[in-house]
Amino acid sequence: MDRMPHWADAVLVPLISLILAAILSALVIIGIGEDPVAAFNLMVEGALMRSAGWGYTLYYATNFMFTGLAVAVAFHARMFNIGGEGQATLGGLGVALVLLYIPWPHWSLALLAATLGAAAFGAIWAFIPAYLQAKRGSHIVITTIMFNFIAAAFLNYVLVNLLRPQGAMDPATEKFPEATHLPTFRDMFSSAETIMFRGAPANVTFFLAVIACLVVWLLLWRTRLGYEIRAFGHSESAAKYAGISPVRITVIAMLISGALAGMMALNTTQGESERLILNATEGAGFIGIAVALMGRSHPFGVFLAAILFGFLFQGGAELALWTNIPRELIVVIQALVILFTGALDNMVRMPLERVFLALRRKEG
Amino acid sequence: MTQTAPAIELKGISKAFGPVQANKDISIRVMPGTIHGIIGENGAGKSTLMSILYGFYKADAGEIFIQGQKTTIPDSQAAIAAGIGMVFQHFKLVPNFTVLENVILGAEDGELLKPSLAKAREALTDLAAEYELKINPDAVVETLSVGHQQRVEILKALYRQADILILDEPTGVLTPAEADQLFRILNRLREEGKTIILITHKLREIMDITDTVSVMRRGEMTATVKTAETDPEALAELMVGRKVLLRVDKQPAEPGAPILQVRGLRVVDGDGVERLKGIDLEVHAGEILGIAGVAGNGQSELLEVLGGYRDATGEVRLNGDVIDLTGKKSDGQSRRKRGIAHVPEDRQREGLIMDYHAWENVAFGYHHDAAYQSGILMNNAAIKADTERKMEKFDVRPPDPNLAAKNFSGGNQQKIVVAREIERNPDLLLVGQPTRGVDIGAIEFIHQQIVSLREAGKAVLLVSVELDEILSLADRVAVMFDGVIMGERRASETDEKELGLLMAGITEMPDKPIIDAVEEQLAAKEAREAKQHG
Amino acid sequence: MDLFTILQVLDSTVRLATPLLLACLAGLFSERAGIFDIGLEGKMLAAAFFAAALAAITGSVWLGLLAGIAASLMLSAIHGLASITFRGNQLISGVAINFLAAGMTVLIAQDLFSQGGRTPSLIGKGRFEPITLPFAEEVIDIPVLGPIYYELISGHSILVYVAFLMVPLSWWVLFRTRFGLRLRAVGENPAAVDTAGVSVVGLRYAAVAICGVLCGIAGAYLATGLQAGFVKDMTAGRGFIALAALIFAKWRPWYALYACLLFGLLQAVALRYQNIDLGLITLPVQFMDALPYVLTVVILAGFVGKAIPPRAGGQPYVKER
Repeated sequence: MDRMPHWADAVLVPLISLILAAILSALVIIGIGEDPVAAFNLMVEGALMRSAGWGYTLYYATNFMFTGLAVAVAFHARMFNIGGEGQATLGGLGVALVLLYIPWPHWSLALLAATLGAAAFGAIWAFIPAYLQAKRGSHIVITTIMFNFIAAAFLNYVLVNLLRPQGAMDPATEKFPEATHLPTFRDMFSSAETIMFRGAPANVTFFLAVIACLVVWLLLWRTRLGYEIRAFGHSESAAKYAGISPVRITVIAMLISGALAGMMALNTTQGESERLILNATEGAGFIGIAVALMGRSHPFGVFLAAILFGFLFQGGAELALWTNIPRELIVVIQALVILFTGALDNMVRMPLERVFLALRRKEG
Repeated sequence: MTQTAPAIELKGISKAFGPVQANKDISIRVMPGTIHGIIGENGAGKSTLMSILYGFYKADAGEIFIQGQKTTIPDSQAAIAAGIGMVFQHFKLVPNFTVLENVILGAEDGELLKPSLAKAREALTDLAAEYELKINPDAVVETLSVGHQQRVEILKALYRQADILILDEPTGVLTPAEADQLFRILNRLREEGKTIILITHKLREIMDITDTVSVMRRGEMTATVKTAETDPEALAELMVGRKVLLRVDKQPAEPGAPILQVRGLRVVDGDGVERLKGIDLEVHAGEILGIAGVAGNGQSELLEVLGGYRDATGEVRLNGDVIDLTGKKSDGQSRRKRGIAHVPEDRQREGLIMDYHAWENVAFGYHHDAAYQSGILMNNAAIKADTERKMEKFDVRPPDPNLAAKNFSGGNQQKIVVAREIERNPDLLLVGQPTRGVDIGAIEFIHQQIVSLREAGKAVLLVSVELDEILSLADRVAVMFDGVIMGERRASETDEKELGLLMAGITEMPDKPIIDAVEEQLAAKEAREAKQHG
Repeated sequence: MDLFTILQVLDSTVRLATPLLLACLAGLFSERAGIFDIGLEGKMLAAAFFAAALAAITGSVWLGLLAGIAASLMLSAIHGLASITFRGNQLISGVAINFLAAGMTVLIAQDLFSQGGRTPSLIGKGRFEPITLPFAEEVIDIPVLGPIYYELISGHSILVYVAFLMVPLSWWVLFRTRFGLRLRAVGENPAAVDTAGVSVVGLRYAAVAICGVLCGIAGAYLATGLQAGFVKDMTAGRGFIALAALIFAKWRPWYALYACLLFGLLQAVALRYQNIDLGLITLPVQFMDALPYVLTVVILAGFVGKAIPPRAGGQPYVKER
């Protein structure tokens, strides 16, 4: 018998974990001599009370949806892809190459091609660790971490030595052509009278991310491939028995994961900066881990958790702007969320299970 | 004459795992210098009870008295201090440690290893002389045969001066000759005044060696009787709660054309150890071929090769056609397409995804079946309908397709697997340990299903470590030892004794004591393995 | 290349290998007991900050060292709580610890020193000074051996010698003591330890604590020996390179020494030579930066022999059921 109803596991555990993380974060804020309530109000004010704030929140959420899905898909195949950061870095290169060297008549075509470029480059970067894990048993956690470092060095080299325009100082490509610029939320939702999402970077990629959530859900729970990925994730020995090739599933799941992580670059590189810069990922690859854990590796959960982290990211930027609290507070919150939802979840689950067991006894 | 206190007395022991009540208010008394049997079906709570006595689990309620003293046993350390030793069904050894290191682990003298090792070496020599428990103290445990690993476990307990020894299903991993030897050792220990608890599901062992016996059913102790005053039929009825059919009804075999032909099959595992060393066998239509042998002699590898998930060399034909043993066309999918179904040895590790719903498990391995698809998506409704049908036909309880596999009992889990495989109406059914960890009701049902497949003219390859099962189901028996088939017999023309010798790698009646011949064979096998280990 | 240059590179190798070696041995104790630890990086980082911070405030490097060890032990305790007591995912716990350290160090640094997440530069007694070994001055004129003794062996800070002495000490503890036997057993089959009447939890916490102490020394050395103060993310992946070295070393102390010296050499070469001109091609500085990570992947891919991790590694110990 299950010890606890499924909904409690899916909803209560992450919720309580989140509350614990919030309490600890508040203590950290008190510890550095600031007022957590005021800080929280400031975050809400800056991230949710104006359309521009939402424009940032959803912009960040878009990144986290892609990277969160990337981590979640790998989780379903029982792999821990810490390489989202590197895969997104390479995805950015894919976007830049597609947009710089092919003339596009319209942003929609450009977006389509850039999506392929981003996905392909992200997937390639995930392929090598996946192949090494499947064929040579090298631990994917360590190899993907290594590939993050290698990706950073590689992009640095490419930007400094190859793609930097003549005479430019900063390591970045030139601007992408006008025709490839994506419509922002401001472009889409402002009317003649009222301008919405002023100055905010949220753009059409957000909808792509929402579609990605849907597609991943379909893939995992309605297709044979998803069935095989999940089966493999639950039990490799059983998968082998059923004729599901571990090598094939490891590689495919990581290709999908890498492609999703790579697609994050659409939002940052084509959508926001409109050129490729160093460190465009801003740690979103890592936040994907927190998002996937918080969202219980379910695309809908990832969607919600991504928006939560979008809020935290934008709110944190506001804090750094108006108070003495550095942006690293977000890293701390992210760490606490990962800790409670991913590593200490039994600390939350065990007492809950006891409560439900007692309730059931009472009924019975 | 003063009354001696019982060596062990348990009063009102209860234990629940979550919502499952494993032990309900159990009381038991075992007198010193006796062998007490505990018998019961799988999941009756025998191992749980003994694990509580050994401090491995903590009881929710109840009292323990050792040699008349009330004792609390919060952990194994307390159990050891109270003079209790336990040989678990799954050994608790460190595989890459030597015998000596395993023996002293937790019972070292002082901070440094050297003196402890020297002391243990001496003690092992003494124990070997006293109890027929010979073993090389410097052998690495993973190179030892299972029988010898068990010996290490017994030595561990004796080295810790145990007065009470608990053995959980000790003969499952032994050849009959080794089991006889174990019983001789146990008798010797009894003569020394030690108290022994033997957990088993084999009625014959209870009758052979115990003084008293307790029967457990569904977490409760249903009876405790003197062995001399009972008989197997009565015990079986106490175990199950009804009369049981101890033999399978079947017609004489009418073998048809050969379905499976295996020639020179060889397997080398990842460590470079040869697991199958040239296997030849045939299974005909309308026939059950039983593969007997102690676990770990290549039976699992044989099933894996035929099931399509282990590479091999040699030749395998199905209905006369050669099938691939390596490469892309050698996987579970293509085997199933060719009409090979497989009930694997370990349903929890292989046959089922424990977290998948019953309906997802019914599609497992057959998830590419056209009937389960609608376009590019899977047709979950169709799979669920199919599951309901199969659950009804095989009497799976509860008949709920949306329940996760882990929430079914062992017998019902196995029925799901058997239903999935047999309902495909395969030409060849591979079956490994079909009734391991299954209750008697399900055993009868599963045996009937296997026999009726044979009667429908199909071929069955049955691997089991239970000689009883092999002898009652199979038409022919092949015995495996160390990756080789030692011999083949008609089931109706052989017995446990003959098969037992073959299981130890002995083909002719030796001119010395049987156990010496068995030991020789095992030592030779270990030497081969140690060499291959490098 | 003359002897002096070679000695300088090797000297720098020793210094750069020191934090790797300490972290690698830290991981060795933890993983031998069955607890994977990808949080070495975070523990080192936290230790580096607290060592530098306390050394800056008190002016005593020894207090700094203690603070570094204490900070690292705190994180070890969290890792232990997550992976031993609550049987959580050890990899995820490690990731969380890395981020916790990355965030908290900057947060506290900003609060204490307001220098953009760094500590003030350490001077005088705030740093571990090089120690000149006996006779170093006297033997310098002896050809080859003299300079080797003077440049390479003498003249390091105390923590370097501590790190190198930890190698035989670790070997002795693991393979010659009761504690070592039990520690190795718990990493291979915790049930064997449990049924032998020894506490699995106790052993694993002990291992994780040793790991914390060693990571603490490693971090303190980074900020107060190798460099003079803490800067944001100053571990720069060393924790992961130490992990790679651990795998390369097949979880054995002496091999760990060799592996760390190799990675130290790579770092030393990358530090000394920016773009390496090989005549036909020039290796860019980015290549040299990435080389340790590339090499790690190559090693992990098993092209230099198969590594078998402790059997129970990464799995929380749950009694059957």
